[in-house]
Formats: sequence, structure tokens, C-alpha cells
Amino acid sequence: MTADVALGTGPAAPAAPASPSRARRIWRRLWRRKGAVVGAVLVLFFVAVAVLAPWISPYDPAKADWLQVRKAPSAAHWLGTDEIGRDLLARMIWGARASLLAGVVSVSIALLVGVPVGLLSGYCRGWIDHVLQRITDALLACPFLILAIALAAFLGPSLTNAMIAIGVSTVPVFVRLTRGQVMAVTVEDYVEAARAVGNPHYRIALRHVLPNVVPPLLVQSTLSIAAAILAEASLSFLGLGQQPPAPSWGSMLNTAKNFLAQAPWMAFWPGIAICLAVLGFNLFGDGLRDALDPKES
Amino acid sequence: MWAYFLGRLAIAVPTLFIVTIIVFGLQHLLPGDPALALLGEDRSPEAYEEVRRQYNLDKPVPVQYALWLGNALTGDLGASLRTKKPVTELILEKLPVTIQLALMSMTIALLIGIPTGILSAVKKDSLWDYAANVLGLSGQSVPTFWLGIMLILLFSVRWGLLPASGYVSPFESPLENLQAMIMPAFVLGAALAAVMMRHTRGAMLSVLRSDYVRTARAKGLNERRVVLRHALRNALIPIITLGALQLGQLLSGAVLTEQVFTIPGFGKLIVDAVFNRDYAVVQGVVLVTATAYIGLNLMADMAYFLVNPRLRG
Repeated sequence: MTADVALGTGPAAPAAPASPSRARRIWRRLWRRKGAVVGAVLVLFFVAVAVLAPWISPYDPAKADWLQVRKAPSAAHWLGTDEIGRDLLARMIWGARASLLAGVVSVSIALLVGVPVGLLSGYCRGWIDHVLQRITDALLACPFLILAIALAAFLGPSLTNAMIAIGVSTVPVFVRLTRGQVMAVTVEDYVEAARAVGNPHYRIALRHVLPNVVPPLLVQSTLSIAAAILAEASLSFLGLGQQPPAPSWGSMLNTAKNFLAQAPWMAFWPGIAICLAVLGFNLFGDGLRDALDPKES
Repeated sequence: MWAYFLGRLAIAVPTLFIVTIIVFGLQHLLPGDPALALLGEDRSPEAYEEVRRQYNLDKPVPVQYALWLGNALTGDLGASLRTKKPVTELILEKLPVTIQLALMSMTIALLIGIPTGILSAVKKDSLWDYAANVLGLSGQSVPTFWLGIMLILLFSVRWGLLPASGYVSPFESPLENLQAMIMPAFVLGAALAAVMMRHTRGAMLSVLRSDYVRTARAKGLNERRVVLRHALRNALIPIITLGALQLGQLLSGAVLTEQVFTIPGFGKLIVDAVFNRDYAVVQGVVLVTATAYIGLNLMADMAYFLVNPRLRG
């Protein structure tokens, strides 16, 4: 995973108060972008697969069938079977749950911690800002995956701990982004006006500043979900995420690499799923950033 | 220049200090008594007391940190619980392998990323631009470990052209070393090439719209000269900085690549340490990686300062 994916590509959409007409304009601009539409379709597809998994899965994803060990794709098993005869399509469908859950939960953790810290840092400035930014610098200095591996190692291998590790590693991105946006917004006239009429600081920060930093946060969240899905797959591939027999795309690839000569299909499908899910969120995030950028209108 | 350098250093030093607190704090994330977790197989009361003494766990936390930091500053990162070897020695053994992988990957990324980025910008909105953008976005979406597995499947399992795993030192056999490293380097470099391509394209588009490029064209210079001599020279400034920063990120990517191709480098060291519950090694690797990243950041800042006349002025 690259820094660009991990940190996003720095959403540059300037904050401006949202109005119904602006929202409609953004919506129109979003749907004019082919990439964003393809991204949205991919994201919706994977969300539908994850939600409908109990109803659309053709087999129990954990049930071994010793008579169907490493069978190539066929009418009975569309994507083939794995080393203990489990249906790959069923495991792929249930694996979508782990991946999307990891993406959404870890980015939620990052938002819940990163946004208040960034708001505090950008609004208060002074020594609070200085201390918080040095901590953010320190977290950013530890490469994303190395920090996530170290955290997952010390917390113990599980999907929950992997989500916490990815979430914590993503926090500095949101701190930095929120702080930058807050610093840009606090010099605006309407914030000055809110201050002049005697609003308390917490009210200015929450009612006047925060709503205006939402658009770039939305873009970054979408891009960070893509990075988190990739990070979860990486941790599961290393054995630090979802634990067997529960299915996950990353752990499926970890097993598949031992059977490349005998059952190459085992390695093919989970990788395709990861690529498409990550591509979907990246395309949608890119489109959203362009649609929110007034220079694009 | 020195004032600029000292200013950057004044930020880097406290950052590194906080990194040491984070790395030291990792062992306190262990559930329950850290001494029990660090104990290994021998769980006798004597061994327990020995671990508490060895890791200074019988002392207050701030004292533990001060002692750990003092040792780290002298290059003593503790000993591996499994092999009993000093962590610094283990890291120094593995680091050259990863540095070779990172440098080869960076070369591949530059050779692919910069020319495709230039072409994409020069032929904006053409089929080439569209294809390069799709490839660029795909490069950022394909997991490195999956790309590695697919290349092994093709080049090793199907065609038998390259070894699927293993490592040979370049001093032993340069050819075998190249055969073993070319696939991992390409896998690691491909994702970076995608990032380089997107940044080069962006930088070139911005420079190609500037006044001095318009002037160069108005003077009647041929397009090749305008692009390569006038535009690229300025567009390269942010790309150099990005390249230096990405070297740090390559250490992260190396973890997965080394795991797929069983290369005995820095990345494999941390993964093996995680499974052996060798926490001192995990801490050591995180500390060294973060320090290297901060150092590379500092170098990137300096390179940016030196190549950017506006900052020097």
C-alpha cells in the first residue's frame, strides 16, 4: 500500500456552507463523472453482497467437504473449492462482510478520534496545537502498515484488533485534515461575526466551524475506507486479521499461495474482489473530491 | 540554509522523542502482566523475576522508559526473546536486503512512473491519457501481495522462468540475486509507479500551463525541447521530494513483498517476530523504521530547499 492511498490524495475541496441548490449542483457534477458512477456501482454491489450474504451464499462458508477438495470452477461450485472442499463463492460472499466491516469500523474510529483532536488543535492553536501536532507527526512517522502490524501484534490477532489497529493508524490523517480545514474556516467573516456577537467557543466550533469541514472529511473517509480494506486484507494475509475458519479475502490469499500449482483459482478470485472493492471506493472518492471542488464547476 | 535546516531539525527531534514514547508504550498494550507475556516457555518464578529485572519491569514506568531510551540511544534495543541475539544486530543483518529491494523498486517506479506521467500530461484527454489513468488507479488498488502471487503463478509455476522464492546475496552470485529480486522489486515498484505517474502528470499539467512554457513555445522551440528541457525540469521538483518520502513507505510495502517471496529482509523479520511473540524485535523494527522515515523526511525537505530557487531566495 502506498502513502498516497493511506493518506489519501489530500482532498482540496474548500469548505463552504451547504445549501439545497449547492447540494443539487454537487450531485449533478458527481453523476456526470463516469469514474464516480462506476465507483458508486462497485461500492453498492459489495455493500449488497455483504448485507445479503446469508440469503445469497450458495453454501455454508465454513463447511468442509472432503470429497470436493481443490475442485476447479464448475456448475456446482462456480468459483471452485479450497483445500478442504469449502465453496469459494460462499467464502468470497461472506469475506465481503469482513472487508467492508473493517473499512467502515476503522474509519469510524479514526473519525471519532481524529476529528475532535483536529478541531481542538486548529481552533485553540498555541501550545495545545503544538503538542497535538508533534504527536500527529510521530504517528505519521511510523509507516501505516508497520504501525498496524505492531499494534495488532501487541493487542493479539483478531478482526476486532485489526480494525482498532487500522483505525488508530489512520487517526493522524484525519487530525491533519481537520486541523487544516478548521484553520482555514476560522478566519472567515461569518466565524468572526459569530465571535463578535458573543457566542461561546464550543458553540462556534461545533455550530459554525465543524459543519464547514465536513465535505473534505467525507472525501477522505471514502478514500480511507479503500485504504482500510487493503490494510485489513494485508493483516489477514499475514495472519493478524480475521482468524480461521471465518472467511476473509486476505486470509484466503494466504492459504491460496501454498496451492498455486494445484489450485490457481484459489488465489485468483479473492484478489479480484479486493481490487474491485478498493477501486470502487477510490473512484468514488476521487469523483466526490472533484464534484465538491468549486473550481470544477 | 542553515536556519531552514535547524528549523526542520527542531521539529524532527521532538517528533522522534514522541515516537520513542509510542514504541515504548507498545509493550504496555499487552493484555495482563507484560512480564508473563514476555516470559516465553520457561514460566518458573525465577524466570519470571529474571524477565522483570531484565526489562526493568520492577521499576516505575517513567524510570523504565528513561532506562529503555538511554539504551536505545546507545544502539542497544534489547535482545531477541527467541534467538537471544541483540535486536540491533538482527536489524543490521536484515536491513541491507530490504534496502536493495527498496532501491530496485524505486528505480522501476521512476522508470515507469515518470515517462508515463509525462506522456499522459502531454497527450491530455487522449486514449493514452485515459489508459495511463486507468493503469495508475489500478496500480493503487491492486494489493502488492496478490500481484506477487499472480506473478509467481505465471513466471515461476507456469513458465519456470524465475525463482518463486528465496534470496541469494549479490556478492555470492549477482545473476542469481537479480533473478530472485526482479519480481519482488517489480511488485513493490508497481504501486509506487502508479503514485509517481499521477503526481508527474499533475505537476506537468500545471507547469505546461505556465507563462514561461507559453513563452518558450512562442519563441518557436520544438515541443520536445519545451517539454523535456523547460517543463520537466520544474515539474521534477515535487517529484524528487515525493520519491524521498516514498522510500520510507517502501519499508512498509516490503513487509508484504518479503513475506510473499520469502526474502529474509527487514519486513520478514517483523512478521516472524510477531508470530514468535518477540516483542523487543517488533519494537526495534518500528523504532528504526520511524527514525529512517523522519531522517528521509528531513532529507526530502533539504532536497526541496536546494532544488527550489524560490525557497533559497
